Order: sequence, then structure tokens, then C-alpha cells
Amino acid sequence: MNRIKNKLSENKKILSIYFTAGYPKLDDTVEILQQLEKDGVDMVEIGLPFSDPLADGPTIQQSSQAALKNGMTTELLFQQLKDIRETVSIPLIIMGYFNPMLQFGVENFCKKCAEVGIDGLILPDLPLAEYEEHYEEIFKKYNLINIFLITPQTSEERIRQIDNASEGFIYMVSSASVTGSSEGFGAEQEEYFKRIASMKLSNPLIVGFGINNSETFLQSTKSAKGAIIGSAFIKMLSEKGLGGISTFIKSIR
Amino acid sequence: MNYNVNEKGYYGEFGGAYIPEMLYPNVEELRQNYLKIMAEESFQKEFRQLLKDYVGRPTPLYFAKRLSEKYNTKIYLKREDLCHTGAHKVNNTIGQILMAKRLGKTRIIAETGAGQHGVATATVCALMGLECIVFMGEIDIKRQAPNVARMKMLGAKVVPATSGSKTLKDATNEAIRDWINNPVDTHYIIGSVVGPHPYPDMVARFQSVVSEEIKIQLKEKEGRENPDFVVACVGGGSNAAGAYYHYLDKPEVGIIAVEAAGKGVNSGESAATSALGKVGIIHGSKTLLMQTADGQITEPYSISAGLDYPGVGPMHANLFASGRGEFISITDDDAMQAGLELSKLEGIIPAIETSHALAIFETRKFKKDDVVVVNLSGRGDKDLDTYIKYFNLN
Ligand SMILES: Cc1ncc(COP(=O)(O)O)c(C=O)c1O
Repeated sequence: MNRIKNKLSENKKILSIYFTAGYPKLDDTVEILQQLEKDGVDMVEIGLPFSDPLADGPTIQQSSQAALKNGMTTELLFQQLKDIRETVSIPLIIMGYFNPMLQFGVENFCKKCAEVGIDGLILPDLPLAEYEEHYEEIFKKYNLINIFLITPQTSEERIRQIDNASEGFIYMVSSASVTGSSEGFGAEQEEYFKRIASMKLSNPLIVGFGINNSETFLQSTKSAKGAIIGSAFIKMLSEKGLGGISTFIKSIR
Repeated sequence: MNYNVNEKGYYGEFGGAYIPEMLYPNVEELRQNYLKIMAEESFQKEFRQLLKDYVGRPTPLYFAKRLSEKYNTKIYLKREDLCHTGAHKVNNTIGQILMAKRLGKTRIIAETGAGQHGVATATVCALMGLECIVFMGEIDIKRQAPNVARMKMLGAKVVPATSGSKTLKDATNEAIRDWINNPVDTHYIIGSVVGPHPYPDMVARFQSVVSEEIKIQLKEKEGRENPDFVVACVGGGSNAAGAYYHYLDKPEVGIIAVEAAGKGVNSGESAATSALGKVGIIHGSKTLLMQTADGQITEPYSISAGLDYPGVGPMHANLFASGRGEFISITDDDAMQAGLELSKLEGIIPAIETSHALAIFETRKFKKDDVVVVNLSGRGDKDLDTYIKYFNLN
């Protein structure tokens, strides 16, 4: 069984961390993953950097640019992850934009994912219809779960459609915003979280975007299965380096 | 073969809507409504009236006698430079602002390279009393200063894009991010035939008035609707799409697309997408794209801010891939010379974007009785600084 589904079947809230591969230093990827597992993180999104990350705010734009400048490539990421399953057992997801995957070759990319032990993919700019028409078969062949996003503006009809197409979980974007906003969650989010929870979807929900401390983590996991922290983790890495990981994770829960 | 968009939003293998879910409701709303709204009689009436009384259409089709003599062929110039605000861009912004109003949007965002689209957007926002925010690369803000001043005078807010190459591509990224952040009240007026479906088709339809007029005007002057060639510069490709539109399915009309070679196609400083690009995804569209082997979008270069874009609209990618269009790239130097030449021979100072299209006559030979229509997409006022520096005219 896929590690993502296994993890989601556990009776606990999920803490997931996003970081950009190749940042702060080119070779940090494996050490960051090992440390996150040691600190009790449940799942990780490994960001494959892209030159033009449309859905990302300044923090992830900068970490992506820095990672590319450091020399990160798709090929290199797979090399770095070659032996990752010898030391890391939590679910690993690659999150990236579709163009680098397209250039690598979608099938080739999926094959490499399977080889190194990646469990799923999040590709914000690969729309549902394109995925179903052209790529679903390939993803399935390599046992990769494709994760879709919903937002506060997604219609009920479309949410049902995405729920039907999803396996694993649905990535619930917390607010109408690119990544990295840190304004906290108010009544609007609370209402949104409740509204989605009351839809009784067949997939669990994991909230992302704008989660930056224990308060927003708790707020978003009240009704959702888990939450993803990205920009706040990357900011911490920029300031404190890998040595700051444990303290950061402990401050969340 | 059909060179127009199909019902799924593709031109051949190019196009589609590769957008994050955050943009889906807006793009889907537009997709479901744009053809219906454009077909409404009240829409057409208002659109046509504004094009006539406000933009100053039809723009003349001018026989360039001295230029024709020099190159020994018959050259007509479609005078989009005489549009209100100085370029073809306003044809699209008039259409889109009417669309935005019918969709109930109150806040308008746009990206701009040369500033022509920004000015055209700020203009229609002033006309309709809507809030206007224009994203512009930091580098372009410097090299197109007069247009920045115009936008401000028209009441728009100009926001510098400071990421990446700080030019058109990055301004577009910032506009898209703003749209993600403001999904309810905002309409994004894209300035070219780029972006996710239905934008390329919608913008092409608004610009198609250009070839609609050429057909009528050429009939009057030459006794035939069809030229032998229609020539346009291609940044994203909107003026070209407008000039080609009614000729796409007429094989007897040659289509010539002129891209910016910058300092030379192989110099590493170029924006010649058809020569340097591979199939990829930029700003929600699958198209030809300048990129590294690893799929990172590369930073283009052209002296002309309006052509400084690493992609090209999906319609043009398909014209290239299918062989329907002839693609030529022109260096900075050759474009600048052609701009000077038109000024001296015809008394028309063209935008540097347009100068690229005019430069083809030095190398691309035509027959004596060929009728060649060049889309004179814009005037050179915004570029005076660049021309003056380049030619040491001070
Ligand atoms: C005068 C003029 N021509 C051409 C262009 C290029 O755009 P497009 O290829 O969409 O016509 C621009 C863009 O700013 C422009 O200002």
C-alpha cells in the first residue's frame, strides 16, 4: 500500500513540511529529510524549484531562485534521493510546476519517482482535465498519487469532481492567496474549513498556505486531517539553517 | 487544416489552460461566457462604437510609395500607430473592459512590457471609471519612462516587478499572482494572445478588426481582398494575430512573422522564440518556449521591451510548427536601421517593435507586383529616448 494512504489511516493529525530542494545549500536535501523524520514530521513535500513559480509568494520564489542558482536540476534531485528509502520511511511527495516534468519526460519522471520511493506528486499547474486525459494512466502505472488543490472559491460541484478523482488526500488551500501570507486565520477561514468539512468528502483534507505557527496549525487541523507548512519553514531555514529544524518543529506541536 | 482554436482551447498541440486551481473559477467563468457575451448585439454595438469614435477606427491602409520604390515591391502599411494611445493594444483593452463590466468586475489588473498595453489598459479604465493596477518589469519601467508617466496621469497604479529578469515575463507572473490574491472582484486584461484558454482566442478576436479592415481597404485600392503577404512583428503575437486572422485559412496569403533576434539568434541574448524555443508551458499555455534542458524558463533579450518575451502565443506556435507561417528574426541593429529608414522615407516614426517587421525588406525579397501588407503596430514616441541614444541624435 502507498505510504501516503498508510499514514492517513493513522489516528492522528498530520504535520507536513514543504521545503525547496537545493536550498539553502545544494546538498541539504537528504539531511533535511532525515531530520524532519527524526523530529516526528509525518509527511514531506519536496519542492522541485522552477524559474517562474506562479502560485508562490516571495519566500518560495527566493528559495527556488537560490536553489536553481546553486545548481539544482530534476536529474540531480533524483540522484540525491537515490538511497533515501534506506534512512527515511515517511511519505514523500514531490511538489513542482509542470514544465520541468514535461521536459524530463512525464513517463521518465514517474519512473524515477517510483525508483527512489516517491509516493505522490503535487503539480499545481497541471489541471484535472489534462491529467485525466493524458497522464493519469502513467501516474497509476508507477503507483503515484496525484494530489489536487481546492480553494475557498472552488465550487461545490468542482470539489465533488476533484474528490472523485483524488486518492490519498485533497490539498485545501487556506485562503485566496499565493503561498507565504502570514496574516493568520480569521472567521472567513473558519467558516470555509467548516463548510468543506460538512461536505463529508471521501478524501481527507490537508490544509496548506499561510500556516506558520502552532496557532494556525491548530486552527486548520480542528476539522482537517492535517496541515502543511512551507514558507515559514523556509524562512526559518534561511535564518537558522538546518540546526533550527528541531526547535521549529517542536514549536508547532 | 484549421489554424484557429478548437473547442478544447488548442491550436494543434498548443494552447490549453495550465493554471493552478486558484485561477480556475475566473478562467472558467471567462471561458463559459466570452463567446456568448461577444455575440450579444449590445456588446458589439458598444465595442464598434468605441472603436470608431474613441480609438479612431478604421485606421488607414497606407500605400508606402517611397518604401515600395526602394524595395521594388508594393508595400502597404496598416496604420495601427494612429489608434488612440499609439498602438494596436487598445483594440483588445476596449473589448476586455466591456467584457469585464459584463462579468461584474470592478478592479482591473494588467501586465505590460513596452508600456503600450499598460497605457491602453489605464486608458479604458479611466474611460469606464474602474480601478487599474499595472505590473511592469523594473527594467522596462526605466526604458519606457514616458509610458509610465502616461499610466500614472491616467490614474493607474504602476507596480514594479522585481523578480527574475524584471521584464515582461515577470510582470505577467506578478499579475497572475495578484489575480490569485484577488479572485472575486478582479479581471485580468492580458495584453497579448498568450495565457490560458480562452485568452489567446479572445484577444485574437478583438484584434481581428485589423484584418477585417485590411480586406475592405485592399479591395478598394487593389481590387482584391487578399494581399500576397501579411507581415507583423511577434512579441506575444496580438498585432500579428489581428493582421492574420481573416487570412489564416487562405493559403494564397503568405503569413510572415517577425521575431526579435536581439544581438543575434545564437548570441545568448535573443528573444527569437521560434528559433530557440521548445514545447513548454508558460503563463498557463502550452506553446513554444525558450527554456533550459531542465525546463527552466530562460531570460530573453531584445532592445524592444514589447518583444522581450520568452514565449509566443499558441496560435503562432502552431503557425510555425505547421509551416503555415514564415518566421524571420531580426536583430536590434537591423530593426533600429529600419525604424530610421521609415522615418526618413515616409515621415512615420515606428515603435521599435514594429521596426522589426519593417526590417525584413533588406533580406526577404518580394516580387515587383507582390502586395505586402505590414502591420504598423505602433508609433515610436515611447522609444524616442532609445532611438536618440542609439543614433546619437543629440
Ligand atoms: C507597438 C507594439 N507592437 C508590438 C508589440 C508586441 O506585442 P504583440 O506581439 O502582442 O503584438 C507591442 C507590445 O508591447 C507594441 O507595443
